[in-house]
Amino acid sequence: MIAFILRRVGMIIPTFIGITLLTFSLIHMIPGDPITVMAGERGVSDVRRAELEAQFGLDKPLYQQYLTYIGNIAQGDFGKSLITKEPVLDEFITLFPATMELSLFAAIFAIAIGLPLGIIAAVRRGSVFDHSVMTISLTGYSMPIFWWGLLLIILFSVILGWTPVSGRISALYWVDTVTGFMLIDAWISDEEGAFTSAVQHLILPSIVLGTIPLAVIARMTRSSMLEVLGEDFIRTARAKGLSPIKVIMKHALRNALIPVVTVIGLQIGILLSGAILTETIFAWPGIGRWLLESIHRRDYQVVQGGILIIATMIILINLLVDVLYGVINPRIRHAS
Amino acid sequence: MKKAITLFASAALVTAMSATAGAKTLVFCSEGSPEGFNPSFYTAGTTFDATSRQIFNKLVEFERGSTTIVPGLAESWTVSDNGLVYTFKLRKGVSFHSNKSFKPKRNFNADDVIFSIDRQRLDSHPFHAVSGGSYEYWNGMGMTDAVKEVNKLDDYTVQIVLNSPEAPFLANLAMDFASIMSAEYADKMMAAGTPEVVDNLPIGTGPFAFVDYQKDSQIRYKANAKYWAGKAPIDRLVFSITPDASVRYAKMKAGECHVMPYPNPADLDSMAKDDSINLMSQEGLNVGYLAFNTQKPPFDNKLVRQALSYAIDKQAIMDAVFQGSGKIAKNPIPPTIWSYNDDVKDYGYNPAKAKELLAQAGFAGGFKTNVWAMPVQRPYNPNAKRMAELIQADWAAVGVTSDVVSYEWGEYLARSKAGEHDTVLLGWTGDNGDPDNFLYVLLSCDGVGGSNRAQFCNKDFDSLLISAKKTSNMKERTALYEEAQLLFKEEAPWVTIAHSVVYKPVSKNVIDFKIDPFGGHSFYGVDLK
Repeated sequence: MIAFILRRVGMIIPTFIGITLLTFSLIHMIPGDPITVMAGERGVSDVRRAELEAQFGLDKPLYQQYLTYIGNIAQGDFGKSLITKEPVLDEFITLFPATMELSLFAAIFAIAIGLPLGIIAAVRRGSVFDHSVMTISLTGYSMPIFWWGLLLIILFSVILGWTPVSGRISALYWVDTVTGFMLIDAWISDEEGAFTSAVQHLILPSIVLGTIPLAVIARMTRSSMLEVLGEDFIRTARAKGLSPIKVIMKHALRNALIPVVTVIGLQIGILLSGAILTETIFAWPGIGRWLLESIHRRDYQVVQGGILIIATMIILINLLVDVLYGVINPRIRHAS
Repeated sequence: MKKAITLFASAALVTAMSATAGAKTLVFCSEGSPEGFNPSFYTAGTTFDATSRQIFNKLVEFERGSTTIVPGLAESWTVSDNGLVYTFKLRKGVSFHSNKSFKPKRNFNADDVIFSIDRQRLDSHPFHAVSGGSYEYWNGMGMTDAVKEVNKLDDYTVQIVLNSPEAPFLANLAMDFASIMSAEYADKMMAAGTPEVVDNLPIGTGPFAFVDYQKDSQIRYKANAKYWAGKAPIDRLVFSITPDASVRYAKMKAGECHVMPYPNPADLDSMAKDDSINLMSQEGLNVGYLAFNTQKPPFDNKLVRQALSYAIDKQAIMDAVFQGSGKIAKNPIPPTIWSYNDDVKDYGYNPAKAKELLAQAGFAGGFKTNVWAMPVQRPYNPNAKRMAELIQADWAAVGVTSDVVSYEWGEYLARSKAGEHDTVLLGWTGDNGDPDNFLYVLLSCDGVGGSNRAQFCNKDFDSLLISAKKTSNMKERTALYEEAQLLFKEEAPWVTIAHSVVYKPVSKNVIDFKIDPFGGHSFYGVDLK
């Protein structure tokens, strides 16, 4: 078992180096540099440019910049933003709770609706319900998020006035940042009504962000259920005279869930890496928007450091899943 | 549990703008996050809105809604006859804000002025390098070269000595980078070993005190009750950061914000019809232009430049590209700036005249060239590609064929600076409302290889600009700039295309909001119904 874990950990190192190389070269390949972008039409004198390049460490050859970057990371230093001068890790820690909060609610929305839809569609295969679920989920999967978000805002916020347009809480509540999770911060604050406001602000973005995962989960559940429902043990269970509900919920669903859980895990990984479009539309202060803005500003340090942190997080989640698989299933453990 | 019950009871209904306390809260749906909270480090208007325009004062200020210079923290000032010595009498009884880690023990005085200027000016200043200090505007406006010394004559008198007479200097002191900060706060934070706190948790003398910043989400301020010019009519000010223009408009309609910047041009019509919105507008302090590369043939020939100026139908550009958000420009400075010369006669749309001039210049058969189009949107040019295509078609009609060229923004700026273009679309937004800030920066011999995209260096024109820099006599300066504009038109290094019209949708509940000609947003003096 220990050998297995060590093998897995050993495989992370080349992946990690690959990611640093890729992010470093990609961001440097984009034309333009932070100084030019910062100066705009105004421009900057050659003397001043040289000073700034030296200050940002951009005057050294690229391979040297890369080595410095790797060296710093080895010491746990992800660099400082060229623009705000704040450590990248600090900015990430400030913004990540917002992304996590939204991801969590989007995932709950997707699972709570996607799973039952998939099950019912499978059970009533070929029915009108089945066809509509499949059509709607295909539509959901191919939905342009920006358009979908604006549509919901116009309908629910502007015309009906049921939900707020954007942000995490009404500007009228002055809630102090304690945990970074708005629901918790609003709950523990003294402001009457702040918590309600925070919940209301979560509704639309969760729906928009959860739409694609919902479609994926519903379709996956349906196909997986259909496969299981055709198995011999289901026929046996039915032949034993078990109630249809019991057959589906206890015997079929349990077995059908394995691939669905894997898909859910993957979707949550994607959600956690930040949703650029949803965060932009709903003015949600998460890491997707942060990275996008940093790319625009050519803030090399934030792009490199931010992507690396996210990648590390995803690698660790995968490692955990791998190890858990190994624990659950000895075949995987011994295969390699 | 009680909170959970209220939640369910109120279901999904939003009580957007009513609710909580009796405090008057004004919400501004700003377009982006500030880069930081020390305005002297940055050049972006978004950052100035969040900092200098609410939190800080300068020695002299621009009057709200105009480019006129009025007293700020300096009650009065004198300029020596040779234009070298500026003496400022400071305002007494002005207090700084306080926060958790700082309660001011003394009022504003000369030490704060010296600190704020010397921090930017002197490499040896203990605060110069704090927070990675890079003073882009201070450097960009040539202040290091301009200022010789800064002296404290007494607690309420400061003298600034210049190296050479520089008339726009006073206007520079009204700019955001010249915000006055507390020396006492700086000393205290330095002693505590955390000098960078000064730049993250700003302390100023302005009408609003900084409360907190939730990154990329909200900035909160409260009115400074002890503000020297009287407390602001509103109690709280919130910047709700909303990057998408359509969403900002939705927030206006839902009553979630009172003022929004940068509306989508496509939304202007429906905003004008909206009963809850007061759509304000003003000409912007900018100019959009097409610069000929005057050092490259055939554009080194004045006749060719004049011909191609006649060939462009500017009205068609206004209709197709600006759709109401622009006015035709005939001078390189906008009409809101003093010394604007209304007697200048523009090249009207006249293809026949253009052909005649081209023939005169020896190009009867036309020639081949290029038009560079910016890849970004700017108020002075909302769609450069479309503009370039219109120009291309206009020129083709007089026999000049051209390619439309574009690069990524950084690349575009660098290459056009190096003069790789034949003709290039670009523009400028003014910093301090002084004509020098347009004419000298963009068209002087000094600017060649820099901001002077026309690579234009005309000795007569240049000497007018230099004389205007040297005198602080407004009448003389005005006359010199008026003459310079006539010469500019004759030489035609640019086709002046447009000044943008800035639109500001403001809620009908807002009283006395004024559009800032510099494009900023300040909320002192604004009230709510």
